[in-house]
Amino acid sequence: MKIRINGEERRTDRRTVSGLLEELNILPGRVAVEVNLKIIRKADYDTHPIMESDNIEIVNFVGGG
Amino acid sequence: MLEDKLIIRGIEFKSRFWIGTGKYKDFEETARVIEASGADVVTVAVRRVNITDRNSPNLLDFIDPRKYKILPNTAGCFNVEDAVRYARLARESGVSDMIKLEVIGDERTLFPDTIGLLKATEILAKEGFIVFPYTNDDPIMAKRLEDAGAAAVMPLGAPIGSGLGIRNPYNMKIILESAKVPVIVDAGVGIASDAAIARELGCDAVLINTAVAGAKYPILMAEAIKYAVWAGRLAYKAGRIPKKLYATASSPIEGML
Repeated sequence: MKIRINGEERRTDRRTVSGLLEELNILPGRVAVEVNLKIIRKADYDTHPIMESDNIEIVNFVGGG
Repeated sequence: MLEDKLIIRGIEFKSRFWIGTGKYKDFEETARVIEASGADVVTVAVRRVNITDRNSPNLLDFIDPRKYKILPNTAGCFNVEDAVRYARLARESGVSDMIKLEVIGDERTLFPDTIGLLKATEILAKEGFIVFPYTNDDPIMAKRLEDAGAAAVMPLGAPIGSGLGIRNPYNMKIILESAKVPVIVDAGVGIASDAAIARELGCDAVLINTAVAGAKYPILMAEAIKYAVWAGRLAYKAGRIPKKLYATASSPIEGML
């Protein structure tokens, strides 16, 4: 299915946030995930479904003042 | 005792020099500068993960969250909605409930939009965030932010990255006299003596990024500011003499020929 991650279109067959992070090789510890503007709690990564045309944002910390 | 421990919402801060992590050459330099600064608080920004290059290093691999307190910011947010969104994402990342709240009003000056800032402070304080709003050197706004639940106030010395120093020490003094929460100067410091001035006025801490990152030798500047922050406090405790227009001789008249 087609989804959008961090502004870019992408295809995936992963069905949960956990699955998607695994596919992207991202450790869940230091990121935050938003699906269609809703922040997903870490405890829900295993269960929160990823669906066709979801808009997903994955953020982490970078240098800043 | 030089000063009491700085404790904000139950969190003990060991250093009075807080440091930003932006604009360094690489993460190795960032880590070395933080070490030299003696800071135990570092600010970070919230940005998209690079999903195409997963081998790029991560800032938090160079800053041990057990050793340093991570203070995420909402830099780059120009309205309440975005600032609140970034703050919530920062908290969900799982390193801290603290947020250095920025609601920027204008790209050229990066001055805060204090009306938006106040609204965002109210929202986030109610959600249990430990809010550190970046604000103007305006004593009334500092009071309003405190009333809205800010854990401390962070008035600017001058525009972010300008290096102009503490442009309005008199307002800063009024803020310090009226605030019940800690006052941490954020933005504007250009060199060590500016940080000393902030501390001589009585500011609880100073947050600095560009003055260090932009210096020719960032590690040296970090060290210089560390001492200035300390020297400023010593001078504050010592108590300055009044300023006078005319001279007062230091040597006695008596015994002169």
